Amino acid sequence: MKSKNHKLEENELTVKSRTENLSAIRNFVSAGALEIGIPLKIVENIILAVDEACTNIIKHAYKYFPEGEIIVKLKFSREKFTVIIIDHGVPFEPETIPDPDLQTYYRQHRVGGLGMYLMKSLMDEVKYVSVPGKYNQVLLSKNLLTTH
Amino acid sequence: MAEFNASTKDLGEVSVIYLQGYLDAHTAPSLENTFSNLIEKGKYCTVVNFTELAYISSAGLGVFMAFIEKMRENNGDIKLSSMSDKVYNIFDLLGFPLLYEIYKTEDEAVNKFIESKNLEK
Repeated sequence: MKSKNHKLEENELTVKSRTENLSAIRNFVSAGALEIGIPLKIVENIILAVDEACTNIIKHAYKYFPEGEIIVKLKFSREKFTVIIIDHGVPFEPETIPDPDLQTYYRQHRVGGLGMYLMKSLMDEVKYVSVPGKYNQVLLSKNLLTTH
Repeated sequence: MAEFNASTKDLGEVSVIYLQGYLDAHTAPSLENTFSNLIEKGKYCTVVNFTELAYISSAGLGVFMAFIEKMRENNGDIKLSSMSDKVYNIFDLLGFPLLYEIYKTEDEAVNKFIESKNLEK
């Protein structure tokens, strides 16, 4: 891994809360993660988790309001790669999201909560922090020393 | 930017949808339209060919969930084929192989429909 050449660095992208910006967010995270030498397979999992988090923000925090801001920050050390996603919409309460059940989805013709499940499955840590009236933050982390 | 495309081939009783590119919350409505158009025409036997699909998020998976029951109620199905390992892994992680028939090739999936139609006759 090339990360030994890097100390703790940071990188940032700000986009409007629109689904058309999901590809820009994925490209940004993917470029940053590949640059420090994270293997492609792991990068693919990270960008899917980030996509799910941002899709949730667009749908639920901003309720499709297209002028909200989404800030994506990358932080990495030798041990850990973290994507921090910040919004100023309605706070998200992850504990209200039930675990996914395919039979329920089948009956309801929808898949709410699947994104959350993917995030938890694909990342080592998913953490939500909300400061009401100020901002919401989700941290998605991948341990780099344990990954192959 | 053409990040996603869904095109349809009519094989008579069976329709094949070819996916290309990135299927996410932005592009999922385009695939919903494709399914809605098939349903309007009374086409309920659908094979989805994933050969050229590079990426799928849960918004994309949601499209299959939205239409599967409608297809089955009308004696049809959505069968999936030709997924890359990367895309299959996401389906697998979420348990979709329990709900959907997934085949290695488009031909296998199409033939399954033809076999089951022949049995009905």
